[in-house]
Amino acid sequence: MELTPIGIIAGKEFWDRIRNRWVLAVALVFTVFALAIAYFGGAQQGSVGFRSIEFTIASLVSLVIYLIPLIALILGFDAIVGERERGSLDLLLSMPITRFELLLGKYLGLAGALAFSTVAGFGLVAIVLATQLDLAALFHYFGFMLSSVLLGMAFLSLAVMISVFASDRTRASGMAIGMWFFFVLVFDLLLLGALVVTGGHYGGEIFPYLLLANPADVFRILNIFSMEDVRTLYGLATVFPRALADPWLLGLVMFAWIVAPLGIANWRFRK
Amino acid sequence: MASISPAPAEVPPVSNAETVVTVRGVTKYYGAVHAVDGVNLEIARGEVFGLIGHNGAGKSTLFKMMLGLIPLTSGEILIDNASVSGSGFRAVRRKIGYLPENVVFYENLTGLETLQFFSRLKGASLRDCAPALERVGLTHAARRRVREYSKGMRQRLGFAQALLGRPQILFLDEPTTGLDPEAIREFYVILRGLKAEGVTVVLTSHILAEIQERVDRLAIMSEGRVQAIGSVQALRERMDLPLWFDIRIAAEHFDAVRSALGHLPISAIEAHDGHVAVQCRRETKMAVLEALAVLNGKVLDLHVREPSLEDVFFGFSD
Repeated sequence: MELTPIGIIAGKEFWDRIRNRWVLAVALVFTVFALAIAYFGGAQQGSVGFRSIEFTIASLVSLVIYLIPLIALILGFDAIVGERERGSLDLLLSMPITRFELLLGKYLGLAGALAFSTVAGFGLVAIVLATQLDLAALFHYFGFMLSSVLLGMAFLSLAVMISVFASDRTRASGMAIGMWFFFVLVFDLLLLGALVVTGGHYGGEIFPYLLLANPADVFRILNIFSMEDVRTLYGLATVFPRALADPWLLGLVMFAWIVAPLGIANWRFRK
Repeated sequence: MASISPAPAEVPPVSNAETVVTVRGVTKYYGAVHAVDGVNLEIARGEVFGLIGHNGAGKSTLFKMMLGLIPLTSGEILIDNASVSGSGFRAVRRKIGYLPENVVFYENLTGLETLQFFSRLKGASLRDCAPALERVGLTHAARRRVREYSKGMRQRLGFAQALLGRPQILFLDEPTTGLDPEAIREFYVILRGLKAEGVTVVLTSHILAEIQERVDRLAIMSEGRVQAIGSVQALRERMDLPLWFDIRIAAEHFDAVRSALGHLPISAIEAHDGHVAVQCRRETKMAVLEALAVLNGKVLDLHVREPSLEDVFFGFSD
């Protein structure tokens, strides 16, 4: 493996997103939503203004869990299939670059763009809120930002995998939407349904572990378990094994969600 | 029509120069479809080699296998003594220039940025990008985005891209598609210059008349196999296609032509508009010329039409 061609491909993908203002647009979306939630999130309870970092993060988690997977899937679903359909893949592969290097370069470039807009968008909010936050609160917020980046990386990895498997862009976009529905909307309902149908008698012990099979749930657990208040609020402390709430373990699971789809994509792309 | 003998297993290049491209017993099967079926080729350094065939004849598949873009079902391809499926092929790729059929570039990049991107990937010098654009006549459009380029300009940019890094072997798939006659002429001038520098060129084309004067040798592909290989002249002789005499002569002498040639095995004779067209086999050519000598003073002009590459091509591929 050579680093130079990976860097060239990654650089091109990243600067393309800067040039076409994709990064700016996504960062602005994050900033606006985060500020709105921080200041007006309590409007239903009759109060307007910043309340607490825990409250803000809990609200942001609910937003990010929908938004970031969608953005990541849209960003990466045509990474390879787009080149193939346009007819530019053969020329790229005729260069002194391996398929793995091309795949990794594409992923890293897109991941860089997504991470940059996430950090810039939410980071701007942190700066605005800085005067109202103590060190612990900033630490929590930083944890939220980092886990948001990881969530994006995981779904981007899934998107790149789709882009290798799909035979055309239309199918790839369908698969990306399907994947978003499954992980973001359907997965938890299925688990819940299974629990209700079995009356909670079967599978109760493996339930928390099944949540790890969904990067969106891993993200949720990562953030919610980092805060004592929220944990009690959600009533999760009693059902969730403490060992699983270890942020390092969850981080590792998230890392696996980044590496595994990329590995499968590489295996398929080489065939 | 002459019977077609199968292509020999090993066909040596015209000269005894170093072999740059070796294709040995290569097959590519997609399920039951034999896209390429037992192809053998050798191309020498500095040779301009044409690959022609109908759509679906297998030439694009063979081309992609020669570039290591798709795996071989069986056989072996060596480019500059390195197997296309081996790990050592990366180094060889730096010596290869490739222009795909219907080349597609990134619409958001300018012509110069496009070349810089591919130059970096190839490990070539960025300083070569501007001269490459100049060589194909695109200097004026260097800072315009590719989305504003016409089809001909894109093709020229594709050719400039293939020339990056001073390649020793060029693979050009339908290189003159979309070019106007002037640009086609310029393209072949550049190609001649590259050949003089010792660059090996492998190209495909469906405009047979265009390449017949410009390739050293060519292979005619049909149904995944090489049906014939050699110089255009050698293929003409092997096919033994009839040739035509166009004789310009006054109408009152038409019968004199008929009687002068009456004793020869002429396959067709047609008279119209002050012309007599005579078709005969190659071995009768000199006899016809001698027989026409008796019409001394009556023949106003004479032109011999050799079978075109089209005739040869259809003879081998049908």
